[in-house]
Amino acid sequence: MAPKALDYESLNENMKKVQYAVRGELYLRASELQKEGKKIIFTNVGNPHALGQKPLTFPRQVVALCQAPFLLDDPNVGLIFPADAIARAKHYLSLTSGGLGAYSDSRGIPGIRKEVAEFIGRRDGYPSDPELIFLTDGASKGVMQILNTIIRGDGDGVLVPVPQYPLYSAAISLFGGSLVPYYLEETANWGLDINDLRHAVFQARSKGITVRAMVIINPGNPTGQCLSEANLREILHFCYQENLALLGDEVYQQNIYQDERPFISARKVLMDMGPPISKEIQLVSFHTVSKGYWGECGQRGGYFEMTNIPAQTVDEIYKVASISLSPNVPAQIFMGLMVNPPKPGDISYEQFIRESKGILESLRRRARIMTDGFNSCRNVVCNFTEGAMYSFPQIRLPPKAIEAAKKAGKVPDVFYCLKLLEATGISTVPGSGFGQKEGVFHLRTTILPSEEDMPAIMASFKKFNDEFMEEHEDHRGYSRM
Amino acid sequence: MAPPVSRDTLNPKVLQCEYAVRGEIVTIAQRLQDELKAKPGSQPFDEILYCNIGNPQSLSQQPITFFREVLALCDHPAILDKSETQGLFSADAIQRAWQILDQIPGRATGAYSHSQGIKGLRDAIAAGIEARDGFPANPNDIFLTDGASPAVHMMMQLLISSEKDGILCPIPQYPLYSASIALHGGSLVPYYLDEATGWGLEISELKKQLEDAKSKGITVRALVVINPGNPTGQVLAEDNQRAIVEFCKQEGLVLLADEVYQENVYVPQKKFHSFKKISRSMGYGEEDICLVSFQSVSKGYYGECGKRGGYMEVTGFSPEVREQIYKVASVNLCSNISGQILASLVMSPPKVGDESYESYSAEKNRILSSLARRAKTLEDAFNSLEGVTCNKAEGAMYLFPRIRLPQKAIKAAEAAKKAPDAFYCQRLLNATGVVVVPGSGFGQVPGTWHFRCTILPQEDKIPAIVSRLTEFHKSFMAEFHD
Repeated sequence: MAPKALDYESLNENMKKVQYAVRGELYLRASELQKEGKKIIFTNVGNPHALGQKPLTFPRQVVALCQAPFLLDDPNVGLIFPADAIARAKHYLSLTSGGLGAYSDSRGIPGIRKEVAEFIGRRDGYPSDPELIFLTDGASKGVMQILNTIIRGDGDGVLVPVPQYPLYSAAISLFGGSLVPYYLEETANWGLDINDLRHAVFQARSKGITVRAMVIINPGNPTGQCLSEANLREILHFCYQENLALLGDEVYQQNIYQDERPFISARKVLMDMGPPISKEIQLVSFHTVSKGYWGECGQRGGYFEMTNIPAQTVDEIYKVASISLSPNVPAQIFMGLMVNPPKPGDISYEQFIRESKGILESLRRRARIMTDGFNSCRNVVCNFTEGAMYSFPQIRLPPKAIEAAKKAGKVPDVFYCLKLLEATGISTVPGSGFGQKEGVFHLRTTILPSEEDMPAIMASFKKFNDEFMEEHEDHRGYSRM
Repeated sequence: MAPPVSRDTLNPKVLQCEYAVRGEIVTIAQRLQDELKAKPGSQPFDEILYCNIGNPQSLSQQPITFFREVLALCDHPAILDKSETQGLFSADAIQRAWQILDQIPGRATGAYSHSQGIKGLRDAIAAGIEARDGFPANPNDIFLTDGASPAVHMMMQLLISSEKDGILCPIPQYPLYSASIALHGGSLVPYYLDEATGWGLEISELKKQLEDAKSKGITVRALVVINPGNPTGQVLAEDNQRAIVEFCKQEGLVLLADEVYQENVYVPQKKFHSFKKISRSMGYGEEDICLVSFQSVSKGYYGECGKRGGYMEVTGFSPEVREQIYKVASVNLCSNISGQILASLVMSPPKVGDESYESYSAEKNRILSSLARRAKTLEDAFNSLEGVTCNKAEGAMYLFPRIRLPQKAIKAAEAAKKAPDAFYCQRLLNATGVVVVPGSGFGQVPGTWHFRCTILPQEDKIPAIVSRLTEFHKSFMAEFHD
């Protein structure tokens, strides 16, 4: 009989090539164990609320009121909602074309895009055009849209950092493009070497690939490093010289845990560099409500901002956005609130600041606790988490462990992470899911477990790790090449 | 040096796809709306009426109170502990919110969920499907998505590897399908619905188009059926549905059933039957047919377009294939939680005996009976126009009248470099402020012209629309009569 449409063999090959380890093998195994009753600590995804972080109060009040506008007419609404939340809800409802239940403009509600533009203007000191800002159902959808617009076929390459957040590799696979890796240097704090970049581009071109764009993740995921202004200038010069569009994933811009390198947007540096560069480099910047101190992952809210993209291209991007009609309206309101939070003098300001500071300061402490905790473990070396939400320790697996992994038919870091999971319930993502240098192994965990739980988690990890190393080391000792 | 991302260097599939629902005519309408705002009285009409898009709440349809109560409580669960909340929300809404929150780990509605959607909500949806059809549904077959559209994209992505892969689509069709197929690099294989028989679907036409495609070297992978139809509004008869199921089974095609208008049926002689129900009642199980059913929170009587909620129920697939679908869903992590909750509410609304049942029922019936009235009023209005025939809208939210344009009009359209129906629609917009979508956006038999108009403007606006439209049409026909 003829092969059926949905036989495995007949499926889109590009789809089959896609890998997304964040919810891959480890996660599935962890879910299985959880069903069997084992206590699992999910540190595989940057999902703060799932690990006990509370939502900020003010945005939830505003959106709840927008969901149920009949509350606004109730004389008793003031008993459980503060006046400024009520006012904001009315304001956002007036910006919609019929409340939360109507499709908005396919680019997002104009009034909210204006708020985003104003936020960018305040942040960077340069005006931003709301017409070039598109709200999306999460930053991931925006990334996919832009990559889909750029990639014509496997002859098109996109420079992606290694290690990277595997949305990029997955999207490039799905759209049939070529991933051109550039390696971040672990011993230099996950720094970026322009010579490496040049080399990567040269190699790709010699294989007949047209390198179209470069992705930077700043702060980095999984690596957490914050790019310096000098770094960003170098990168922008490079893109200018090599004629690359720059995709700036800046979703962790609120998550900064050191003071030497505060967040600077790629756009600000670009504008600072002045013409001709500032008028030529095609830049798309991405942001989200899922990270920062908001952590509203479940809302699926994000935006991308385009700089120096030709009008015709913007039209095409709009056209594709219009097929999906509009991004979800509640998340658009979350985005508006994020870029335009309560101000000094507002009724909810004190509470908002207290909640936000509390989260950020705690994240900073946890970044330190985790880094130090990993560094105290045998054969584990961990760069400090300068930003974002993850720790990415290097696990120096002894040859015996690598052997054991091979025997079990598993990639070494997957083997280690599975053992870690079974022993401690800690669910991580093996470094191979993000890319790493050959023969070097890592795992990614989040810094999101609550502060109260952290000491026990790190102790549990240390116990497992040190025993594992003890068991797998031969007594000649192991040294990294 | 040419900039890296310019029109010449974009993905050609992006350049190729089109989506008329928010296309050119809407851009013109928005401009006119801005002009009207800046200079009131500058146009021969007071307001722009967007009849181009199935967006009920933008035209003052009210949301279902019970649903919004539950959603508000789930958005801000902190108030559930306050005694004042009892006075502001109905008791069963509070109860339902608690029930839903208990199904979410940590009651964290701001957390990414399982990539198929929260398990407890899928259970409720599966139960709703079973109650609707009389046949069991498996929560693991359900993938909650940000509206039905992303689910359609996922299936197209799965099925299409190259332009050699064809998808049978009805003509006229909702242009998500043509756009999605183009975007994924496949081939749209058209099958024509028969206007003369109320947009009937003939199996002989399906067979003919399938053979035709095969002879051109195209492997046809799936059949799209939109029931109730968009833009055409027909509700398929059961025996028609059985023949379609049989056809898909025989030809090894995936049946992609767009069932988003399942709650919009306006004629007593027709009922909605899901394709799954039809298949199972024919004795066909998972081994016999691959079937995907799409549902959305955007239509029905709830009209919650802006929430982006929906799901696809996927049956008859091997575990390996299901794994691939899960994998792609996981790259986006999950769909928005509020939309997921709403999808579960739509599939398991208040029941008889619940505190909110009476008011919920009244709201639902009010909306549905109003839609039925508006469908009839506009159908009659279109049929009264010279040279215009309009099939009944048995379901969905649209009318798709056929306009017979005089030669003079067609020539004028050509001179203006527009399709004749686009020319007519733009003239209509300029004269009346009513925005409709030219039939060419949906596909039609060559040489015939249509436009799609929604039945959504509020009832009190309908008489004015009808009279403005009638007046415009008279003068248009007078201007261009041969």
